[in-house]
Formats: sequence, structure tokens, C-alpha cells
Amino acid sequence: MTGTMADAEAAPAYAARPASMSRTFRFELVKLLAQWRIRLLALACWTAPAVFVGVVSRQSTLPADTVFGRWMGATGWAGPLVVLGFAGTWVLPLLAALVAGDAFAAEDRLGTWRHLLVAVRSPGRIFAAKALAALTVILLLVAGLAASSIAGGLVSVGNSPLGGLDGHLLEPGDAATTVLLAWVSVLAPTLAFTAVGLLGSVLLGRSPMALALPALLALVLQLAQLLPLPAAVRLALPTQAFSAWRGLFTDPAQAGPLLIGIAASLGWTLVAAALAHRVFLRRDFTDLAYDGAGQRALVQGVLPLAALLAASAVAVSAATHASAVGRAALERSVATSFGHLYRLQTEQLHRPAVTEQELHTTVRCDKGGDRVEDHGPGADWRCVVTWTLPGATATGTAIYQLDVAADGRYVADGDGPKEVNGYFAIRTPRGDAPNPLWQFDGLVDLLDPLDPAPKGP
Amino acid sequence: MDHPRAIRARGLTKRYGDVVALDGIDLDVPAGQVHGLVGPNGAGKTTLLGLLLGLTRADHGDLEIFGTRASRTLAAAGVAGFVDGPGLYPTLTARQNLASLAALRGRDEGRAAAVDAVLAQVGLDDVADDRVGGFSLGMRQRLGLAGALLARPRLLVLDEPANGLDPAGRNQVHRILAGLAAEGASVVVSSHRMDDLVSLCSEVTILATGRVVFSGPVTKLATEVGDLDYRLVTTDQAAARRAVLDVAGLRLRESAPDAVVVRGPVEALDAVVGALVRAGVAVRELTPVVSPLEAAFLALTDAGDDEEHR
Repeated sequence: MTGTMADAEAAPAYAARPASMSRTFRFELVKLLAQWRIRLLALACWTAPAVFVGVVSRQSTLPADTVFGRWMGATGWAGPLVVLGFAGTWVLPLLAALVAGDAFAAEDRLGTWRHLLVAVRSPGRIFAAKALAALTVILLLVAGLAASSIAGGLVSVGNSPLGGLDGHLLEPGDAATTVLLAWVSVLAPTLAFTAVGLLGSVLLGRSPMALALPALLALVLQLAQLLPLPAAVRLALPTQAFSAWRGLFTDPAQAGPLLIGIAASLGWTLVAAALAHRVFLRRDFTDLAYDGAGQRALVQGVLPLAALLAASAVAVSAATHASAVGRAALERSVATSFGHLYRLQTEQLHRPAVTEQELHTTVRCDKGGDRVEDHGPGADWRCVVTWTLPGATATGTAIYQLDVAADGRYVADGDGPKEVNGYFAIRTPRGDAPNPLWQFDGLVDLLDPLDPAPKGP
Repeated sequence: MDHPRAIRARGLTKRYGDVVALDGIDLDVPAGQVHGLVGPNGAGKTTLLGLLLGLTRADHGDLEIFGTRASRTLAAAGVAGFVDGPGLYPTLTARQNLASLAALRGRDEGRAAAVDAVLAQVGLDDVADDRVGGFSLGMRQRLGLAGALLARPRLLVLDEPANGLDPAGRNQVHRILAGLAAEGASVVVSSHRMDDLVSLCSEVTILATGRVVFSGPVTKLATEVGDLDYRLVTTDQAAARRAVLDVAGLRLRESAPDAVVVRGPVEALDAVVGALVRAGVAVRELTPVVSPLEAAFLALTDAGDDEEHR
């Protein structure tokens, strides 16, 4: 022991005020970034998407079952959107779980609450600093996913135009802007899952459920979305914005579902964060028997969020014409996409230029034959497309089988004729190229006011 | 010398649901004193220490620290310490733990020097850059103490600070705490080790089931208990047994070939020793079976009866 009391005395006494917000935030950030788990996550988020996009874009078989997957070989802007689609389903809720879900539970596990409270002297500042630090780390990870996937796509494939979900081409500049906007839009639901993670961490303490709550919520909502939910409920889910960004890739953009999704997510963020704050400030840190709120978690956490979901659904239902996919909206969507893609195919084949208006495309869709109502999701939609070329008297006809999802996304699979949409490749002067009319992704606006829901029996 | 009061508590009551953790606690701790807090498990020590550290509020009663009424976030002004073990972050090094703590307290200038000083003070300067995750319990205790010292507190509240320390480490901690008290700071320390408290504290408070059963000088505590058991070893155990039985007021509790255990007042024991010396029997050992403080603790908290029943 070489030190003396005099050494310590050389320092003046510290102020007895609560620690400042900036210092508390910095301390929380240091603790988070010192964890190996967070460091590994950061490394993975900043490198794995680039590797994935780079490798997959060069494959002969592209992930056509994923939105924009069939464009990965054509433009570097498709890769980040494929990653975004996957991230919204699993990765972002999981990141929220691993970072925010452990923010408060870690102190319970380490037994450091009392130490922290004595050092900071303000439970309110501790809560705010922990929430901000978790949010900062999550934003850092999301930024890594976006930057890495964009870099991987641009390096691997290049800065080429991207086909939208209505078939129109986005020039590289527009594609870049829209891709970035799509990534920004998923920050709202990520915030919601972060707040739910904080709430779980406060409510459940050392329980492993604290860490799993955001991921579990994502799983439950994924399963719920497979059910035939009313469109208003679907739009009010906090996961809505994880898929509604696809509306940015139509012209005009289908902004309604995205804005509703962002509003719903922000609502969840505010309510979950407020609940977590309330529970945290009421906690007695001298109670050594405390091990989470236990059964009270149901009352303090689950019920208010369920009430919020119900209120949001009622509000969406009252304020919009939200309905499941209908025939008229689907026909308009397919006609628009076909027109854009036919024009693209014409350019690829070096045929005389034609505009969408000159084609006079009409579409007639039917779901499952005469005995099934032409409404709602399903893989039994069949659409017949007709068009005419300028100066020609004959009418062209093509058939598509459609797999329509409940969220409005569909995959149109060309069923002939072979020269138009019945074969996956076309022979261009530069060689064989993917046939844009063979299969394409589309999106129906669930808020389309021109497509009212069918009346009941 | 008239010492100002560091702590004044009156009628502190704290409940956790149906459990009464503290039941009308009164406590006075003057400045410059090391005050011991003892009691069996569940007596309310941790709750009381938590109140002193500002971690919770009492349901009823008044608590003043340095003359200021304590509230949840303000009680910690000038107060440092730990309860239920030191709070340390295993992924940070010892130096990082302390530097973070100093930063939280608003310290920028001279922070590194202050951290180095307290690390040296508790004997952890050699492992300052090691992660705390690899520290032993004793090292963690010392680092927790260093963190508390970094605040230069006027009131230091420590829960079992010598837990896990070897004898040298315990002496080191005792020296630090005694030094703080000599400089005018107050120290409230809980411990299960009576020998620690005897050597360190000038006054103790004993809690049992949330109530104060004794509070005062350690010397007075020994008088609170009745007759003690003493172990008597002589060169002639048969003569020793006879001498014990001949002296009024003494009871023979145990008789073994190498020692006898007797209970009675100190004056009666003096008579036994005198008789043995006159008979030419050498007295090799005459010691209390348990220390007076421990005996008082057991008697006041009813734990002694439990021990005897076992």
C-alpha cells in the first residue's frame, strides 16, 4: 500500500448535486460499448450485409421470393432493400431486444443499482441516460446495416436504375434517395421495439424474458399478420412500418400506410417508454427480494399496450377507408405495372418506343372462379391483361397468376404467351436478359378510396 | 468535545407489503465516529443503510443527515458507500470503474490522480488496469471502498466492508476507516463479525426484527448481558472442578478431561483463581467462550436461545 490519505485529500470534495445528464449518458454508453456482445453485434451489422449482398448479387439464382430480390443482379440499390425487408422481420426487433432489453436488467444481474443510484442521485436521469444510450447504440447498428448493404450492392453490382413496385424505373439518384428514406422510415418501429425492450427490462428484471420481450413481440405480431386481420388492425400494428416502406417505391408513393405505421410506432414508443419510466421511478431499490414486477407486469405493461392497439385500430378505421385487397385496386395496380414493364421490355428489345398511355392496358382479375368473392389475399388470383400497340388493330393478351398477401404485396407470375411473359428470359441484341414481364412484384394500396370493401351478405 | 450530529433518526418505519423492515428506529451518530450496525439476517440493517444512502424513503419518521432532512435523491449529499456489496462493472477495469464514478460526480481536473491515489490507498494499484470481472471478493470489496473514498464523503455507509478480506486486508480497511473518522467523517458500518466491530467501532446499534435493541458504546454493551460462560484450563482439572463447586454463585456447565466451562460473575471467578493458586494449581487459560459483545448480541437478539436449542 503506497498511497496515503493525503493523496486523496489533494482532490477537492466533489459536488453533492445529481450527476449531469451528459455525464450519466456517457457512462451508460461506455458500459454498453464495453460489452463483447455489443461489439460483436456492431461488427456484424457493419460487415455482414455487405458480404451477403455482394455474394448473393453475383449468384445466378436470385432470392425472387423477397421484394426486390429479383433486381439484385441488375442494380446495387436492390440489395439494401432485400436486407431491409429481412431486418424489419427479425433483425431490428432482435437488436432492440439485445440492447434495450438488457439496459436495466443488466444492473439487476450485476447488483449495481444501489451503487448507480448513489453515484447519479437521480433515478429520472438514470432512466433517461439508459434509454438514450440504448437508442444511440441501436441507431449505430441500424446505420451499419444500411451503410454496409448499400456499399455491398454498389461495389458488387453498380449504381444502376431500380425497378419500382409498379414497374417504373427509378434513376440512380432517385433510387438512392428512396432507399435512404426507406431505411429512415423503419427507425420509427425500431424505436417502438426499443421502448418495449426498455419496458420489459424494467418490469421483468433478471428474468430472461426481459431480454426476449421485443423478439417475442415481433414473433407474435408476425404470426398475427398471417391471420385474416381487419385492415385497420393490420395498419395499426407497430410492425406496419417495417413493411410499409415499400409504398415509397410506387409512383405516386403509397404514403398513407407508411404514415399510419410511423404514427402507430411512435404511439407505442411513447406509451411503452412512459410506462417504463413510471415503473422505474416507483421501484424501491432497498427491497432485496425484488425480482421484477411479476404478475403486475401484465397490468403495468401488457394491458396498456393492448388498449393502445385497440384505440389505434378504431382511429384508423374511423379516419380511413382501410380495407383488404380488392379487385378494382388490384386491376389498376397490375395494369400500371404491366404498362411500365412492357415499355421497359420494348426498350430492351430495341423495338419502336411506346408509352404507357398508348398501350391502353386493361386488366380483368378474378379470385378463385365464380364461387369465390373477388376480395382479399390468396394465391388464387388470376388476371388477364389486354393491350394494343399504336397502329395495330390486334389486341395483345397475357395471363398472370397472382399470389396476393394481406398487406397488399403481390407476386405476378406470367402464364403466357411465351413471347410476352411466358419465359424468364428475353433475347436482346446484347444477349439474353431477364424478362421483366415474366414475374414481377407489385403493391396494392390498402387505403385506396376507389376500392371499397364488399358489402356483407 | 461537542461533536455535531451526522445522523439523527426518529421513529423510522419502513414496510414491504406485510413485512415490517424497520419499526420505529431511533439512531444518533455524531460526526467523527465509527458506528457499528449489527443484527441477525432480516433485522433491517440493509433497509436502514439504504435510507442513509437515499435509496428509499421511510414510510414514517424523520431522518436528518448533517441537519438536513433526507429525501430520496438528496440524502446522498456528502454521503457515499455501498449496501449489499459494492456495485462494480465487470467489463470495465478497476481504473475505468473509478474514473467513471469520478466523472459522474463532476470531477474532470485531476481525476486520474485522484483515482490513482485511492487505488493505492486500498492496495489495488497493481491491478488498476485489470477487468473487475476477474477480481476476488476481497479485491472487489476494496475497490468498492475506493469508489466511496473517491467521493471524499462526510458520511461513509458500508455494508460488510471486510467481507471476503484476509486479515491483512481487514486491518488495512480498519486503518482507512479509523483515519477517516479521525479526520471528522462519520462511518456507519454493518458487520456480522463482532471482533471487527469491537476493534473498529466506538458505538454500536443492534437491530432485531426491525427494532433497536441496543444503541451505545461498545463498553456498555458488555454490561448489558448477564453472566458469561468461561473456559478454565489448569494443571489439575479435578482440583479446578472442586474449586468451582466450592465458590458460591458459580455453575459448572461442562466438565471435560482438559477443561471445564463455568458460568458466573467475574468476582466469583476471581475467587476460584485465588483458591487454585493457594492450592498450588497453575491456571493456564481463563477466557470467555464467546466475546462479551457476541454474547450480548446473542442475548439481545434471542439468537443465543436458538443456539442452545440446536
